[in-house]
Amino acid sequence: MDNNTVLVTENIKSYYVLDVGGSKKVVKAVDDVNLTIRKNEIYGIAGESGCGKTTLMKTLYALMNPPLRFMGGKVIYYRDDQEIDILSLSKEERRKLRWEYIAYIPQGAMSIFNPVIKLKETYRDFLDSHLSGKTRDEIFEIAREHIKELGLPIKVLEAYPHQLSGGMRQRVAIALAGLLKPAVIFADEPTTALDVVVQRGVVQLLKDIQESLKNTIILVTHDMGIHANISDRMAIMYAGKIIEEAETKEIFYNPLHPYTRFLINSLPKFGDKGVRASAPGNPPSLANLPTGCPFHPRCPEKTDICTREVPELVQTGEEHKTACWLVSKGDE
Amino acid sequence: MKPLIEIENLRKEFFLGSILSRDKIVAVDNISFKINPAEIFTLAGESGCGKTTVARMILGFEEPTAGRIIYSKESSDNKEPVWFTQGIQAIFQNPFETFNPLRKVEHYLFETVYNYKLAESQEKAREIINSKLESVGLSYEEVAGKYPSEFSGGQLQRISIARALLTDPGLLIADEPVSMVDASIRMSIVNLFKKLKEELQMSILYITHDLATAYYMSGQIAIMFRGHIMEMGPVEKVLMEPAHPYTKLLRESIPEADPAKKWTDRISISDLESDEYLRKGCKFAGRCPEAQDKCKEHTPEAAYIDDVFVKCHLYSG
Ligand SMILES: Nc1ncnc2c1ncn2[C@@H]1O[C@H](COP(=O)(O)OP(=O)(O)OP(=O)(O)O)[C@@H](O)[C@H]1O
Ligand SMILES: Nc1ncnc2c1ncn2[C@@H]1O[C@H](COP(=O)(O)OP(=O)(O)OP(=O)(O)O)[C@@H](O)[C@H]1O
Ligand SMILES: [Mg+2]
Ligand SMILES: [Mg+2]
Repeated sequence: MDNNTVLVTENIKSYYVLDVGGSKKVVKAVDDVNLTIRKNEIYGIAGESGCGKTTLMKTLYALMNPPLRFMGGKVIYYRDDQEIDILSLSKEERRKLRWEYIAYIPQGAMSIFNPVIKLKETYRDFLDSHLSGKTRDEIFEIAREHIKELGLPIKVLEAYPHQLSGGMRQRVAIALAGLLKPAVIFADEPTTALDVVVQRGVVQLLKDIQESLKNTIILVTHDMGIHANISDRMAIMYAGKIIEEAETKEIFYNPLHPYTRFLINSLPKFGDKGVRASAPGNPPSLANLPTGCPFHPRCPEKTDICTREVPELVQTGEEHKTACWLVSKGDE
Repeated sequence: MKPLIEIENLRKEFFLGSILSRDKIVAVDNISFKINPAEIFTLAGESGCGKTTVARMILGFEEPTAGRIIYSKESSDNKEPVWFTQGIQAIFQNPFETFNPLRKVEHYLFETVYNYKLAESQEKAREIINSKLESVGLSYEEVAGKYPSEFSGGQLQRISIARALLTDPGLLIADEPVSMVDASIRMSIVNLFKKLKEELQMSILYITHDLATAYYMSGQIAIMFRGHIMEMGPVEKVLMEPAHPYTKLLRESIPEADPAKKWTDRISISDLESDEYLRKGCKFAGRCPEAQDKCKEHTPEAAYIDDVFVKCHLYSG
């Protein structure tokens, strides 16, 4: 592994195993995902609602609770010259990595706050467990400095989580995630349900943190406008798999997978009221995937092989990988 | 044209809890607008500016502090007007929260049919349900016997639209119906709204942060900020040639789905929401690049530029 890499996954599988009316149901939310994520980059993940983005983040962060089960593969972090196989660590060892080395801002962000204490106390809890020997006042001073540096109103420290608007809460969560200078920050849909001005503030904050820490941010959002603005490279996920990965520009200007093309072309544009088509049909149930390529039932360009065999994610250009028989066939 | 619904000087005050207990915020501050039959009207604006509160008052979930709502000749002055239940239906943001994961989704559809006494027999109920599911591109067959987890977010959102259609409402209130779903599902739902408007002459109050879809499908748009309508008029004008500095900021902040058009300049971060609500004068003055002294003292009067309503000292003279 070159020393530019921070995280590699090898064929990871995470399934929800459910008991529905006595029979077992398996939802293949993350199915054979291989990723290589670099230091000092914002790596975007986009994809259809329910395709497994949140589950993938949870797997990378090693935060899995039933019915979610890890079914195989490896998640390796490269910390200095150390290789960390996070899923083989004990609970206690994983806990030590959290916030200090990897931080996770969950969808909605609410769950990282304690609802009954003021935010300055949350800051204190955070700092207390990772910095020892500081007085209460010293810790509050660090918190104030940190909030000020990021351009947020100091008053938030005196507020309870429910007193903040969704946008402010999201920004405080991001600020907290960056507090201990982790090497990797996961942000799951940080801009969803916020107005565009607040979204822009959130993007600005993420960028500021990444630029000052020179770390890695893994950003999940279905908003392609946000990816266009901030992601350096990105992956498109469909039905539990990565179907395309490239530099962000390449995804927008030269999408190769038919699903990615639908995704890019369905975006409405100002000044153009012409009808925008969406991908035909519906996404498959992850509990009952079709044979072959999971997109084939909706694909206008499918051929015979697409209905039978799952295409691998293969190199289809410099810095560009695609999992589609249309583009991979020719190269072999 | 006779409007389908008229909102007149609608107002809602909330008292702030705990820290500032004597303060109240005016979550909705004397707003007025009309929606015509077969019109899609968009309500957009800052997070926490009062959009959902407007919707909840129209639906009768929240009592207005002042003002009137008139729906096809019936006024909210009457006690318990029937339109709260049949003429107006609503769908909400998160389709996964609308449905209980342990109940089959068809239960919700049958429940609505029986609650509103739309059919006597099960057979007739199924017929009605099937026809509404068909108008959203599904069928009874595809839905029968299934639990919410067996559908995608887009399918569930379409099922909740089908449920809202059961009573043949004149107005559908859609509060951020697409914010949780990806671009492709988003367009299929937005295209469905256009179809409902064109084919069933339905009106839709579309509440959203997504101005691109608002532009794509609606006729009129109102931009709210901290309880006030700042600008209102045809989408072509409000979104393409915005007059109010807040609308301009909104318009510039829409992330373009094009990596060549990244934001380069920075914006100032807002104060706490409650501080902005409690501010004297124009609520936007604290962040407005064009604010003058009077903006911080007096609330601007409404002015009209052709058919566009604007509430800003730059235009009220
Ligand atoms: N607790 C659970 N039990 C059963 N199935 C689940 C559970 N959580 C998620 N799933 C299923 O796993 C799949 C992937 O879910 P996940 O939340 O990872 O998707 P996502 O891509 O993050 O979606 P969204 O865009 O809606 O956030 C979905 O089909 C979902 O229905
Ligand atoms: N029941 C309530 N009690 C006190 N304050 C409330 C109540 N409901 C809403 N508010 C406040 O009123 C304001 C407007 O809220 P509302 O939910 O209508 O905003 P919104 O425009 O729908 O926001 P969003 O875009 O985030 O959905 C907010 O400041 C909110 O905190
Ligand atoms: Mg998710
Ligand atoms: Mg709302």
